[in-house]
Amino acid sequence: MSVRYLLRNVAPLGGDRTDVLVADGLVAAIGAGLPADDETTVIDGTGLVLLPGLVDLHTHLREPGREDAETVETGTRAAALGGYTAVHAMANTSPVADTAGVVEQVWRLGRDAGWVDVYPVGAVTVGLGGERLAELGAMAASAARVRVFSDDGRCVADPVVMRRALEYVKAFDGVVAQHAQEPRLTENAQMHEGVVSAELGLAGWPAVAEEAIVARDVLLAEHVGSRLHVLHVSTAGSVEIVRWAKARGIAVTAEVTPHHLFLTDESARGYDPVYKVNPPLRTADDVEAVRAALADGTIDTVGTDHAPHPAEDKDCEWAAAAFGMTGLETALSVVQATMVDAGRMTWADVARVMSVTPARIGRVDDAHGRPIAVGEPANLVLVDPGARRVVDPRAQATKSVNSPYRGTELPGAVVATFLRGRPTVLDGALVEGKVLA
Amino acid sequence: MGPDMRAPGGEAAEVLGPADIGRALVRIAHEILERNRGADGLVVLGIPTRGLPLANRLAANLAAVEPGVEAEQITGSLDVTMYRDDLAHHPTRTIGATHVPPDGIDGKVVVLVDDVLYSGRTIRAALDALNDLGRPRAVQLAVLVDRGHRELPIRADFVGKNLPTASTERVRVLLAETDGRDGVLIEGPTGAGR
Amino acid sequence: MRHLLSAKDLSHDEAVLVLDTAAQMAATQAREIKKLPTLRGRTVVNLFFEDSTRTRISFETAAKRLSADVLNFSAKGSSVSKGESLKDTAQTLQAMGADAVVVRHQSSGAPHRLAHAGWIDCPVINAGDGTHQHPTQSLLDAFTIRRHLAGGAGDLAGLHVTIVGDVLHSRVARSNVELLTTLGARVTLVAPPTLLPVGVESWPATTSYHLDDAVADRPDAVMMLRVQRERMSSAGGGFFPSGLEYSRLYGLDQRRLDALPDHTIVMHPGPMNRGLEISAAAADSPRSVVVEQVANGVAVRMAVLYLLLAGAQATAPADDETRVLA
Repeated sequence: MSVRYLLRNVAPLGGDRTDVLVADGLVAAIGAGLPADDETTVIDGTGLVLLPGLVDLHTHLREPGREDAETVETGTRAAALGGYTAVHAMANTSPVADTAGVVEQVWRLGRDAGWVDVYPVGAVTVGLGGERLAELGAMAASAARVRVFSDDGRCVADPVVMRRALEYVKAFDGVVAQHAQEPRLTENAQMHEGVVSAELGLAGWPAVAEEAIVARDVLLAEHVGSRLHVLHVSTAGSVEIVRWAKARGIAVTAEVTPHHLFLTDESARGYDPVYKVNPPLRTADDVEAVRAALADGTIDTVGTDHAPHPAEDKDCEWAAAAFGMTGLETALSVVQATMVDAGRMTWADVARVMSVTPARIGRVDDAHGRPIAVGEPANLVLVDPGARRVVDPRAQATKSVNSPYRGTELPGAVVATFLRGRPTVLDGALVEGKVLA
Repeated sequence: MGPDMRAPGGEAAEVLGPADIGRALVRIAHEILERNRGADGLVVLGIPTRGLPLANRLAANLAAVEPGVEAEQITGSLDVTMYRDDLAHHPTRTIGATHVPPDGIDGKVVVLVDDVLYSGRTIRAALDALNDLGRPRAVQLAVLVDRGHRELPIRADFVGKNLPTASTERVRVLLAETDGRDGVLIEGPTGAGR
Repeated sequence: MRHLLSAKDLSHDEAVLVLDTAAQMAATQAREIKKLPTLRGRTVVNLFFEDSTRTRISFETAAKRLSADVLNFSAKGSSVSKGESLKDTAQTLQAMGADAVVVRHQSSGAPHRLAHAGWIDCPVINAGDGTHQHPTQSLLDAFTIRRHLAGGAGDLAGLHVTIVGDVLHSRVARSNVELLTTLGARVTLVAPPTLLPVGVESWPATTSYHLDDAVADRPDAVMMLRVQRERMSSAGGGFFPSGLEYSRLYGLDQRRLDALPDHTIVMHPGPMNRGLEISAAAADSPRSVVVEQVANGVAVRMAVLYLLLAGAQATAPADDETRVLA
């Protein structure tokens, strides 16, 4: 059985072309003209870019509880196809991942599926209720080794609870990932508050509801000396606050989603709930601000906020629809379109924001987001930047079809994904059957 | 639509000129008076679009011949759009105005006026519309052109000109009030230009 | 045009055509026999997810005067309240042979979804959706204004209409800003700052926080919007401190009524809160056209049903955008 792969003539991080040998789960050799024996599968990498396997700090796998939308199996298949080797599964499942038992269940489901490494995110508060801290220490000490805690989907709105959480996770080097949404300012909110919401008569989700929480949280993080990760930054104002906080030396990191890099509130004009998401799509000025922030490092990571929903939760009127859109299988293409092809980032930058930094924030950087170097674990993705494809949600591996890119032509395609040397994706298709690594 | 109906390459034969139309309307006015033994109790209702100016001209002719008749007092318009049975087969039609003389139509002799009598369906719709407006003593029909091809048992009482046509041909009535000049044209199938 | 979802859907000429058609319809309604055979055999479904007896009866009357069959479907006591989706409801009604759906829904955009989600294939008429649009209301308002101030013909060029009240939550205001400006009128919105939406600066209207200034600006028509009393409580948002303060600052009282030019008409979409946004004196004054607005509603809705349903375009499936009126 072939367990050796020779990636011929690839460009690591988009740099000089070389050969990379993957064997025994590791990057075994790098150099031009590496020999291939009969045991070795050769992949012609001409024109392809080699990146460290992508790491998503922000995935909703929906299991347990909403297996009609996604399961760990289907969600991690989607992740592998999107070039990911690790995903952090958000805690807003049913039951909520607020105990060691639930996070271990998710972790085991991920391990059994085997497509990517699944790292459960623990809830900050019991039942995402925002009132009592969940058993953060127990989750950290569980087999799942939880380091990222978030009530994502809801904001940890109470400043005292947020302060305690920021403090408490220091004991095990954890991080609180905040969904910044002031709840009173966003009651019944449907879309970004501005010119478009005024015309459409949809209740507004003002930028200040995000910015007020980001501002409060960076100050809290400074006060207690903790790490803070701001999820899905969507406004120019939030970017300014994060930039200010970083300049001040506060340990804050920030995330942007592919859709906030790509789409604006103008998309809501057709009332198609596929564009309904939380935080909402913002204005073109906000999109420009988050792109600039991602390019200059103010925003550290791209997280998908992959949020699958069953058809009936989107095939309805706007107000009745669920928030969220899928993203695992399109994230890299969206980043290529908005940042790389636009000349604002290199492929090395892409590796930084989609693999290296998220792995470091999630404290999984012993296995993921590693340099492409001899002896490192072979968590890799091979990308064809020259490919173009029209997105067909029905052809995706995710169980849900709520992709906002339906019918959109996007650049780039994942050719192969390796998880510890084992191909999960080859020729753009999942490698079925468990292959020994 | 311009006054020149001769589409390039098509044939449009003028079968009535302005003088012919004028003479026909004078004759019809006399026939109406003769048939009804005067203008007493007459109401002339034109069917928009081109029935309307024809009705006005007829009424003026009646007034010119018959002492005591005031044209405006006996003319009106009867829009039949909302009574048509073919609405669903055509693009939406604009609804015209319906206007009856101050004395109404109950007990009157209503002369309906239209430009072309063809299938008879417009007149059927007009009779329905009239029915909703009141109860005339009698209804008569005056048309400038009868081109045949009736689909309903309807005939005109007063006809400016009988014009045998093929159903593939198109008859166009032009009036100064609506088209800038008077004339009746027959367009062959090649000149139909549609 | 295949649907009527927003006043914004109407071009200047289309809007004038609707008003002209409504004028012909209104003429037929002065007759002894009001019923016309125009839509015989067609079925119009009134799909009302939100209580509105007035609007439903107005549409029902309009459809019946045109001889259409009318099915009334209200969400109360139906399967909708048992969780049946908008999609399933719409498809059920289409299966029952609806030729047009008149929809009132509490969610902004629901009629737009009905029209464009591919669930059904018949004209959709928006009878009010959330805080978005109520296009037939704006058409009847324009019709009423035209009748009183523009000689009953043409557009509303040169007229100045002032709309007062809860613009933030008002589909009537949104529809009227679009339609009245399309027809050439100038629109001023008057409201406390809390009841103007963020983004209103992009609307083709000027805004003011002061009703007295707006009155002094000599508008040709003043349209008072209904203010829901629950808006003043903090549970409803606390948009203003009290009814008393609201009526003092934004109510059309005797003093402001007297300050208006003689020709100015007073409008209200109903139902009125007498003593809150409008005084009894203003509501019952000779310049009030509130009752006439109701009557004109039937004529305007007959016109809309006629224009959307009567022609061949209503039966032949074709591209939405390529359809034109007349």
